[in-house]
Amino acid sequence: MASSFSRVLSSKRNLGILSVVGGSVTAGFLLHREHLSAGPSVRRLYPASAEYPDLRKHNNCMASNLTPTIYSKLCAKVTPNGYTLDMAIQTGVDNPGHPFIKTVGMVAGDEESYEVFADLLDPIIKERHNGYDPTTMKHPTDLDASKIHSGQFDAKYVLSSRVRTGRSIRGLSLPPACTRAERREVERVVVDALAGLKDDLNGKYYSLTQMTDEEQQQLIDDHFLFDKPVSPLLTCAGMARDWPDARGIWHNNEKTFLIWINEEDHTRVISMEKGGNMKRVFERFCKGLKEVERLIQEKGWEFMWNERLGYILTCPSNLGTGLRAGVHVKLPRLSKDPRFNKILDNLRLQKRGTGGVDTAAVGGTFDISNLDRLGQSEVQLVQTVVDGVNYLIECEKKLEKGQDIKVPPPLKQFK
Amino acid sequence: IKFGGFFFKNCHNDYKMKFSLDEEFPDLSLHNNHMAKVLTKEIYGKLRAKSTPSGFTVDDVIQTGVDNPGHPFIMTVGCVAGDEESYEAFKDLLDPIISDRHGGYKPTDKHKTDLNFENLKGGDDLDPNYVLSSRVRTGRSIKGFTLPPHNSRGERRAIQDLSIEALASLDGEFKGKYYPLDGMTDAEQEQLIADHFLFDKPVSPLLTCAGMARDWPDARGIWHNENKTFLVWVNEEDHLRVISMQKGGNMKEVFRRFCVGLQKIEEIFKKHNHGFMWNEHLGYILTCPSNLGTGLRGGVHVKLPKLSTHAKFEEILTRLRLQKRGTGGVDTASVGGVFDISNADRLGSSEVDQVQLVVDGVKLMVEMEKKLEKGESIDGMIPAQK
Repeated sequence: MASSFSRVLSSKRNLGILSVVGGSVTAGFLLHREHLSAGPSVRRLYPASAEYPDLRKHNNCMASNLTPTIYSKLCAKVTPNGYTLDMAIQTGVDNPGHPFIKTVGMVAGDEESYEVFADLLDPIIKERHNGYDPTTMKHPTDLDASKIHSGQFDAKYVLSSRVRTGRSIRGLSLPPACTRAERREVERVVVDALAGLKDDLNGKYYSLTQMTDEEQQQLIDDHFLFDKPVSPLLTCAGMARDWPDARGIWHNNEKTFLIWINEEDHTRVISMEKGGNMKRVFERFCKGLKEVERLIQEKGWEFMWNERLGYILTCPSNLGTGLRAGVHVKLPRLSKDPRFNKILDNLRLQKRGTGGVDTAAVGGTFDISNLDRLGQSEVQLVQTVVDGVNYLIECEKKLEKGQDIKVPPPLKQFK
Repeated sequence: IKFGGFFFKNCHNDYKMKFSLDEEFPDLSLHNNHMAKVLTKEIYGKLRAKSTPSGFTVDDVIQTGVDNPGHPFIMTVGCVAGDEESYEAFKDLLDPIISDRHGGYKPTDKHKTDLNFENLKGGDDLDPNYVLSSRVRTGRSIKGFTLPPHNSRGERRAIQDLSIEALASLDGEFKGKYYPLDGMTDAEQEQLIADHFLFDKPVSPLLTCAGMARDWPDARGIWHNENKTFLVWVNEEDHLRVISMQKGGNMKEVFRRFCVGLQKIEEIFKKHNHGFMWNEHLGYILTCPSNLGTGLRGGVHVKLPKLSTHAKFEEILTRLRLQKRGTGGVDTASVGGVFDISNADRLGSSEVDQVQLVVDGVKLMVEMEKKLEKGESIDGMIPAQK
């Protein structure tokens, strides 16, 4: 496939960011930007002190960690594709945050952002990921779904099961910074690979710019269609530029495996089905991810990953596995018990309403998913959800019978 | 390329140049704005390697127009300037847009500036039974700084500091006070809202997609005189927006205060070696190409319940070179037959010319309204095209 990208990204990578995906070295297709080193600083008209943002009313991870010293050190730096600190923190400056919800307040414009701005991102990552220290720790990746046990929930309680993550294509800038050409290349690379999926994964791509009215209606009815972001957290980071150019949705014929292209990340990958068979959902998830990875590697591409941070995504909150595994589960009695939140905390789970993050639960039905993303593998996190949800269901059953429940001991943070 | 003694290497644009023209050209197939009508691959190809001294590129210019395809009936501009040099560096794109937007204005045309209020004839006798309020606004950009789509926090703060200093030195009828957006008390905020002076963080995607709301509310503020008849917005859509207004129909007085106040402010900025951006081709340089020239919108809130329902109302306005809006401003509908009537032109005629059109046109329309009240015809009063 001859495109301008094969000319740009042709020779071996030598920037010190190694790609050792899943333990094997991908020979011959390592990608690198040849034209600009990570070096040249951007000259500024004003000193750092005149440019330092006013963060006095801010409550996000960026504001908590960006000292004038760190700002001064990083403000003249630039990644190979021209992304700067001011661009990375813009979303956090523009969105002071909420007194009760602590947002991250910063994004990466490309893979190199996590290196060039490490002095700021490392402490943010540590704060956001409960003490995971990217300077000393390694993140485990494990997509072997056969290791999951007890992964089938009581369908009287669990209405649906879902696992999602994201993947970024190495060599192309991320949504806050990508050019139209790069975004279109992401679309081409991914759609090309997805066209190679077979059997239960065989499916179709619906481009946002070209779908018919019928297709659009069907996608809405299936709850698959994503809209132009309205959240200022995303728009202030530049992720909605050029909408809907090069955005789209792919799903398999059975509607159990779905991929969003060029929304908040290059790709968001979702496996789901009604009922409580989380094991099967995760099996499909792993199989699909590995297949897509194999197909892009055939063409000389790979996912952004390193052993320090795991899978590289736009938002630092999604590093590591980028994985949220969850269920919609009926817990009318347990959710009214004053110990509910403590139980969830100790099981390393979080609750959301069934409309997703920021919604309230309806009729005692909750979205329950893993809290953690980084520092534990996919298998570990899914097992945590499986064990935790089974425990919650046991509590619900006990309460139905008028028996008392116990708050479980807190799970260990990093395994 | 030098800017203020420093070189600005636009790393991001250099990187982008590795991708082909076809790969980068935006999809404008569903678009209806001035930028989309003018931008061809040829023009884009010619401009994409360029960067103004401060690092603004053609993609920066057009981003708002790419992100906002527009409305089938309203033709937005779809591009902004990031600095004074944008109008030169990207003239291949901006000149045709300016021509479309400003009635065929040519790249060789010269714009007349006239802020001598004594040249305005009449304007002090608009019937206050019909004309409820009178207002003149414009914008000014401060030379040596980049514009709101592009400026950094450091620049924006420097603009605020200069503005505060300049405005603090005004006295007499122009003695007043500055209220920074992020430092005002609750009581001050309440009062500014009650006076209809307070401006909010822009929500229109036309502005936010152009980057004008970054770092809000840092270095934004409102200044007004004690009489509340002269108001300056700092660092909203332009460096400065200057507004003169009062109740009733004495447009002459409003315009006098406008001209005198503007000239006083300009003198002070000049003393600091930061005069206003202006040239003899485009007049006053502002962020949006639609506000070039005078950047002036002079208007009244006027009761025209009968005339506004007359079949020829739109045609009368067009011939008088006026436009109507609801009293909530652009994009609002009129309430109770009260309209905001203002000049349609900005570039190619002077401030005096434009306010004269408003004064003469509104006077005529009020007379028409009175005739219609008496059940008489206005056919003999329809004006020729001005």
